[in-house]
Amino acid sequence: MSTPLSSDSALASPPVPRSEPALTATAAAKVGAGARPVSSRHAALRAFLRNPAAVAGVLLLAFMLVLALAAPLLYPGDPLDMVAPPLLWPGHDAAFPLGSDSLGRDVIAGIAHGARVSLAVGVVAAVLSLLIGVLVGASAGYFGGRIDDALVRITELFQTMPSFLFVIVVVAIGQPSVPVIVLAIGLASWPVIARLVRAEFRALRETEFVLAARSQGFSHARIIFQEMLPNALPPVIVTTSVLVASAILIESALSFLGMGDPNAVSWGSMIGQGRELLRTAWYLTALPGAAIVLTVLALNLVGDGLNDAFNPRLRGRH
Amino acid sequence: MKLRQASRTLIRTAWQAVPTVIGVILLNFILMQLIPGDAADVVAAESGSATAESMAQLRTHFGLDLPVLQQLGAYLNNLAHFSLGVSPRYNMPVVALIGARLGNTLLLMVTALTFALAIGIAAGTVMSTRVGRWQDRTLSVLALLLYSTPGFWLGLMAIVLFSVHLGWLPTGGSETIGAGYAGWAHVVDVALHLVLPALAMAGFYIAIFSRLTRAAMLEVARQDFVRTAEAKGLHPWTVNLRHILRNALIPVTTVAGMHFGTLLGGAVVVETVFSWPGLGRLAFDSVAGRDYTVLLGVLLMSSMLVIVANMLVDLLHAWLDPRIQVR
Repeated sequence: MSTPLSSDSALASPPVPRSEPALTATAAAKVGAGARPVSSRHAALRAFLRNPAAVAGVLLLAFMLVLALAAPLLYPGDPLDMVAPPLLWPGHDAAFPLGSDSLGRDVIAGIAHGARVSLAVGVVAAVLSLLIGVLVGASAGYFGGRIDDALVRITELFQTMPSFLFVIVVVAIGQPSVPVIVLAIGLASWPVIARLVRAEFRALRETEFVLAARSQGFSHARIIFQEMLPNALPPVIVTTSVLVASAILIESALSFLGMGDPNAVSWGSMIGQGRELLRTAWYLTALPGAAIVLTVLALNLVGDGLNDAFNPRLRGRH
Repeated sequence: MKLRQASRTLIRTAWQAVPTVIGVILLNFILMQLIPGDAADVVAAESGSATAESMAQLRTHFGLDLPVLQQLGAYLNNLAHFSLGVSPRYNMPVVALIGARLGNTLLLMVTALTFALAIGIAAGTVMSTRVGRWQDRTLSVLALLLYSTPGFWLGLMAIVLFSVHLGWLPTGGSETIGAGYAGWAHVVDVALHLVLPALAMAGFYIAIFSRLTRAAMLEVARQDFVRTAEAKGLHPWTVNLRHILRNALIPVTTVAGMHFGTLLGGAVVVETVFSWPGLGRLAFDSVAGRDYTVLLGVLLMSSMLVIVANMLVDLLHAWLDPRIQVR
């Protein structure tokens, strides 16, 4: 599936540069002050908000988020309950605008509640892979030498294994519950971040402000997290939206295969159940799929917008 | 001379792959240890009943009561003899099971990758030569939509349209069962069954390759040698195809190699949607049957496939850009 699985998509555009030489210069001037290039961030934010596609992505994402948060209020009760006549087509009954499935479950309630699972799994799994990726990438890039060699090998190992298969194995060994799924996706998706952060850190390691911080005798942890990490963040932020998108796609594929959490309704499991009636009631497959496409599209629009905003070089080329 | 260079590259990349192979094997072994229950439980469950004594006997038989290090030794010994164990469910060696499915999956993947590269590079070329115009914008939106669509859903929707409503293509399987086609008719039959799953699998990668080709071509187009080519009075299409596209292909092949593993993972879902009898379907069935030997065998085999694919990409690079050789 496209599994999206794991799309590593910084690829969609050339590697994201750190915020340009000017930034490093200001950063160097501000040694020890956390070195945050504030003005450049503001410029990036303004550029982001001027980009209509990015704003559309934010709005779409906000809509999905509100839908997820408001699901228990809008559609109280278990979305797995039978409430409607079975196989009601969308638009035939105002009480069930998106119709019902073969067991008379309300499709729109399922989609709203499914948004909770999809978004939660996507975000938490992305945070987990961010944590692992930043730790591994930062240590490899900062310390170099043997530590770097070992960590690069481990990263390569995880990139070699087909990530979706790895997720399936972990979920099969554990059990199909939301925490295990999150853990599996997080374990499978961190290499992208690790490589990115390592590249940034290797470039930053030789800069003057890091040298200055070292000569002041700061601890490794302080140099890594307070001095270098903030400067390495822009490309990581861009990739995070793609990471969430790919986690949502992986989760949907898993639950489509029936390996999702059996106690939670999710978009993928709705597609999996709708598939059995593909010939007669294809809307049961189409609607939750459309919800996935819209959410992932919103995340990708935001990611592209962030990429352009942090990449002044690319602005105006589109 | 060329052959010698190629073999040198091959040996170098093979040498670099050794630690990854060892890592994959170790990780597989660790995952195997993490599985709740062991082979004795599986056999006991299959036979329906077992006493404590016979369980102990089974464990001794499979070497499950040995210390972990000795079990690792036995596992490595098995691997050295190209054995991945026996599936209790099918009562067949895992290697034989995988071998029977491997060809189908490779056929599906190579077709999908070919579709993705052909369509993606063509679309990317059009986008970059028409940058900013309606062709570029339309294709960019399409690419972004494809990039956001799960392949299995794309496949299901394609079944609704092309199989159920239009009746042009079969809904699943790898050939018409019981038709007994031979020769050319068989090839056509398989090809017809191949179209939808390959396209469903390719969708996401069409998006990636078109966006990447567009970005790489725009990057190359700004370089001096392109200005020289234009100044020489070459036809714009000659410049685009011979000078720009060729150089832009290097990042595209890199990414194609990187995504080989993702493609293999995606095969699990797409093969399930189209009942395509491949490795992915085997992995899915083994999860359903709690047949962990097969599942881990598939994981190990597909990791090895990825390693081989990466080596091929390295060779391709050395051919596309001879400078890469000199390192």
